[in-house]
Amino acid sequence: MQRIRIRRHLALLAVLAGLGLLAAACGEDEAGEAGQDTLDEATEDDPVEITMYYPIAVGGPLEDVVDGLVADFEAEHPEIQVNPVYSGNYDDTIVQAQSAIDAGDVPATTVLLSTDMFSLIDDDLIVPFDELVTDEDEEEWLDSFYDEFMLNSRDGEGTTWGIPFQRSTIVQYYNKDAFEEAGLDPEQPPGTWDELVDMSAQVQEGSDVEWGVQMPSSGFPYWLFQTFTTQMGVEIVNDEGNEVYYDQPEVVEALEFWHSLNDEHGVHPPGVVDWGTTPEDFLQEETAIIWTTTGNLASIRDDAPFDFGVAPMPENVEPGSPTGGGNFYIFEGAPEEEQRAAFQLIRFLTQPEQAAEWSIETGYVAPSPEAWETDQMQEYVEDFPEAEVARDQLGDTVRELSTYQRGEVYDIVNDGLQAAVTGEQSPEEALADIDERANEVLEPYR
Amino acid sequence: MRRIPNGMFAWLLITPAMIILLGFSVLPMITTIWTSLQEPGIGASIGPANYERMVGDGVFLQSLRNNLVFSLVTVPISLAIAMLMAVLVDREIRARGFLRMAFFTPAMLPVVAAAAIWLAFYQPNFGLINAIAQGLGLPGQNWLGNPTTVLPALMVVMVWKEAGFFMLFYLAGLQTISPELNEASKLEGTGRWTHFRRITFPLLLPTTLFTSIVGVANSFKQIDFIFVMTQGGPNNASNLLLYNIYLQAFPNRNPEFAAAMTAVLVLILVVLAVIQIRMFDKRIHYR
Repeated sequence: MQRIRIRRHLALLAVLAGLGLLAAACGEDEAGEAGQDTLDEATEDDPVEITMYYPIAVGGPLEDVVDGLVADFEAEHPEIQVNPVYSGNYDDTIVQAQSAIDAGDVPATTVLLSTDMFSLIDDDLIVPFDELVTDEDEEEWLDSFYDEFMLNSRDGEGTTWGIPFQRSTIVQYYNKDAFEEAGLDPEQPPGTWDELVDMSAQVQEGSDVEWGVQMPSSGFPYWLFQTFTTQMGVEIVNDEGNEVYYDQPEVVEALEFWHSLNDEHGVHPPGVVDWGTTPEDFLQEETAIIWTTTGNLASIRDDAPFDFGVAPMPENVEPGSPTGGGNFYIFEGAPEEEQRAAFQLIRFLTQPEQAAEWSIETGYVAPSPEAWETDQMQEYVEDFPEAEVARDQLGDTVRELSTYQRGEVYDIVNDGLQAAVTGEQSPEEALADIDERANEVLEPYR
Repeated sequence: MRRIPNGMFAWLLITPAMIILLGFSVLPMITTIWTSLQEPGIGASIGPANYERMVGDGVFLQSLRNNLVFSLVTVPISLAIAMLMAVLVDREIRARGFLRMAFFTPAMLPVVAAAAIWLAFYQPNFGLINAIAQGLGLPGQNWLGNPTTVLPALMVVMVWKEAGFFMLFYLAGLQTISPELNEASKLEGTGRWTHFRRITFPLLLPTTLFTSIVGVANSFKQIDFIFVMTQGGPNNASNLLLYNIYLQAFPNRNPEFAAAMTAVLVLILVVLAVIQIRMFDKRIHYR
């Protein structure tokens, strides 16, 4: 750990020295201006080429949508050529980006989990967007996103390291037909924990579904669990990403509730529920209510053979969900003109029109208020008001668990939660373990 | 014309192979060991810290334990089934070609595709296996979501995949057994089981040595299906050694610790191979 810190200090010194030189050479605004100068010399015949890795973590054929958006960008910027590479899930993507960087072939930009920010800073892999800004317009653009998404995109000091792209929250999907069949009001989704238990029991009893409710506990258990802790009114991580608080009594209560859904109430499948097949369980009418990312909205909308509803998370002490999903990052190792070209690409893709299109095609929450003002979006939500639920819920969201050494911390948290869900450990024991082990990993970063 | 001396000629002949062997096997092995000895801390001090860490690392120990159980169960069963299938389709029976193909198909499927199929089979709600169980009036199971059933469930996939592959080697092995032995058995009126036990099985031992070494190696290095089916869960109940190495090397970015575990993995494979060779050597009749 000491070595990492020293390396960081050295790198910081090097960056400062470099900035000093650049500032002396070309006046103000450093890397952005210099990169733009080189980019200005590029032409259609001799373009600046950049590579962008992106993951897909939700259902549906989205490569074509990305290719289309990129083609639109290239039409507007013939001097830039973008090579978009679909790179699997989020874990695969960071592996690919890492291997490419190790091999000296640095991608200019990559979409990674917003929660990777601290680890990427720690490893000196990314540059802040503030450094690439060249004018006031762009400065304003940095402030044009929902604050809730910027919580995971800026560090404690307010430096912007990521730009929200495929951001989400967790929402409830429920099967209206099954609700009706069981004698429930299909326009009344569960609004509290008690209602969740009662309605799940009633729908499981009174319709063909096998289970009342399911919350996936593979893939991103720490994330799903954060809905429960948020609803208990507590946060489990600090702003600096170097301390977690899993030993609070509210957190124990949260996990006990999750566990009780199967153990006590029998409305939730036993054992670990798979992340990837949960939407399928819903579509096959095996489960009446699921909690999963709003990113699955488009594929559920397209494939559900029954009438379904989307509802905000129920409340206990308060309502709420963590935010989630992916941000754009720009890599330190790419040449300045490529960083600047990536900056242009990201700016284009997050413009209201493009953000609206991406949101409609996927279900991710368009990250800026302006995107929701576009005609396209207005028309869409008029037809399909379910799309607004995730955005309306933003006021109740907290930052997703994001820490230094995020891979290791996630493993610790996920393992512990699965141990509790499968009954290998009591919720209290599991959380005490998580708290102790995760904080041990984070200790050196305080 | 000058003649190249014999010794030199031999060296020239093996040079291409040597380069590949050095570049892609020996060199990475050395760098792995070197990386695994990098201690965390200031400067590039060298020491066994990563190996010490392993002893106290619960996840590593569990993945090691899982892997040993996984290998000890899947390899003998795969080999037994492979031998049985080979003996069955070696005889003149109807639809022999079709049967051979059917047995071999799992080995030809890409692992990820096969894993995706099995993932659907094991699904607790709409999966085929639970549907059959319910049809028979048995209770369903969350096969992959329960720490006690997940590893056996993965073992079934492994055996299903590997048996067909090894059958091919046994078929080849059976071709080398002289047909006269068969006729002799018939003349003597030997029973089919005795013939298998006294003649076929011993003569297949060289093949068995080979397949068991390959099988053990595969059981440590084929982990693709874990990515698709369980990601090592629940709570590491299906975490195998190489998957754990991958997690540490890439998503968690601990390449030094991963290198140390890799060194241990290679050591385990070497030791197991030596044991197997020793064990079989006494009993094999080479011709």
